[in-house]
Amino acid sequence: MDWSWIPQYAPKLLEGLWLTLQLTFLSIFFGMMLAIPIGLVQVTGPKWAARLALAFCTLIRGTPLLIQLWLLYFGLGSLFPSIPVIRETWLWPILREAFPFALLAFTISVAGYSGEVMRGAFQNVSKGELEAAQSFGMRPIKVLSRIWVPRAIQSVLPTLVGEFIMTLKATPLAATITVFEVYGVSNSIRQNTFLVYEPLLLVAGIYLVLVLILVAVFRYIENKMPQRALH
Amino acid sequence: MQEFIQDIARELALVPPGWGGNLLRGLLTTLQIAFGAYALALVIGIGGMLGKVYGGPVTRLVLEVYTTAIRAVPELIVLLLLYYAGTDFLNFILAKFGHDPVDINALLAGILVIGIVQGAFCTEVFRGAIRSIPVGQVEAAQSFGMPFWQRFRRIILPIMTPRALPGLSNLWLITTKDTALLAVIGFSELALTTKQAAGATKSYFLFYMVAAVLYLCVTLISNVVLKRIERHYRRGQKQLA
Repeated sequence: MDWSWIPQYAPKLLEGLWLTLQLTFLSIFFGMMLAIPIGLVQVTGPKWAARLALAFCTLIRGTPLLIQLWLLYFGLGSLFPSIPVIRETWLWPILREAFPFALLAFTISVAGYSGEVMRGAFQNVSKGELEAAQSFGMRPIKVLSRIWVPRAIQSVLPTLVGEFIMTLKATPLAATITVFEVYGVSNSIRQNTFLVYEPLLLVAGIYLVLVLILVAVFRYIENKMPQRALH
Repeated sequence: MQEFIQDIARELALVPPGWGGNLLRGLLTTLQIAFGAYALALVIGIGGMLGKVYGGPVTRLVLEVYTTAIRAVPELIVLLLLYYAGTDFLNFILAKFGHDPVDINALLAGILVIGIVQGAFCTEVFRGAIRSIPVGQVEAAQSFGMPFWQRFRRIILPIMTPRALPGLSNLWLITTKDTALLAVIGFSELALTTKQAAGATKSYFLFYMVAAVLYLCVTLISNVVLKRIERHYRRGQKQLA
């Protein structure tokens, strides 16, 4: 095995790693911002909104992420230049980059998968807790922000962590639309050095470490949460 | 508007220059890979579960490394590694026996790599299911003097199956979608065929939409079938949740 290329490509790999982390955490953040309302409307919202949210979750969970990514980048991306008005706006420089498309695709993917999880989570919170909050005189918005959302997230945190790890593990797909995250960098290393295995093994190792760190961080958060449970 | 619909009809026509026929052939390949890989994953899953529950320390360690590594590394990278390593290994063996290197049949290679990846997840699904069996039931069978295989066939498997089904259903849906990753390696299943069609006609949006609809149909039909299977195996049980 030949690892002599590592020092030469280390800066590139670190850049790729940074991009991987950005893609993962930004899409988890924005995805959860969407997932909470998507889950909530399915439990308490008007019927049309609940149906819409369910259709969205089914659509996202029923198609491969790779196809969603390509549909957004190649499909939508090929439609934009044919609308001349867009070229004049501030959006144009963003729409020529690949990263925003990857971020969008991953965000809606997190929203779809976690939205489904959040639906169950909101249902799981017992009515008594919400009624207790109400009887303290909390307004609905305060019940939501102080009781319903925190209790819901707490009850499904392990499942959500699973979804977040899936998101992290899906980031190599972004390389197929020219986002040079860490796997994309390893691809160009393979082309330059003619090595088949070493760059791939390094990236596999990097992901292994990232997943372990993510699991450890969330286990720490889980333990921080006060909870009565049987152990 | 009419012109637009005619354009779409022409590009999706079943005979060349339309791409409809190719897309359906791609879908067929995708389904073949998915079925084959899923069957392989079930076999690996049962074997892996038995090894993890009843095996010695070495077997357990090996299986633990297998399931942990495969589940922690992105599927795409595992697929690439397995594909290159598998091809190299086969040609190395062939060279030992004085044969010329061969190109592996793409369908078989796809089934093998996806199956080995999903097998790791399947092992964990089965392990979770077998752990949820009340120990008393197995002990009762033991005290009747049932040998291991009889116990497994008559007691463990029937109790385990309904508990494993939700996980297994999920795994099937993931497997059908994971086959799209093979497009990155260069297998011409549905995703890659779509990419070629989109590139050749420049109708990117149309073809990716069609592919998405086809995958969605596979998922929705699978959902109906899987629900039926689950209902069959849960008959006579209390409804959960």
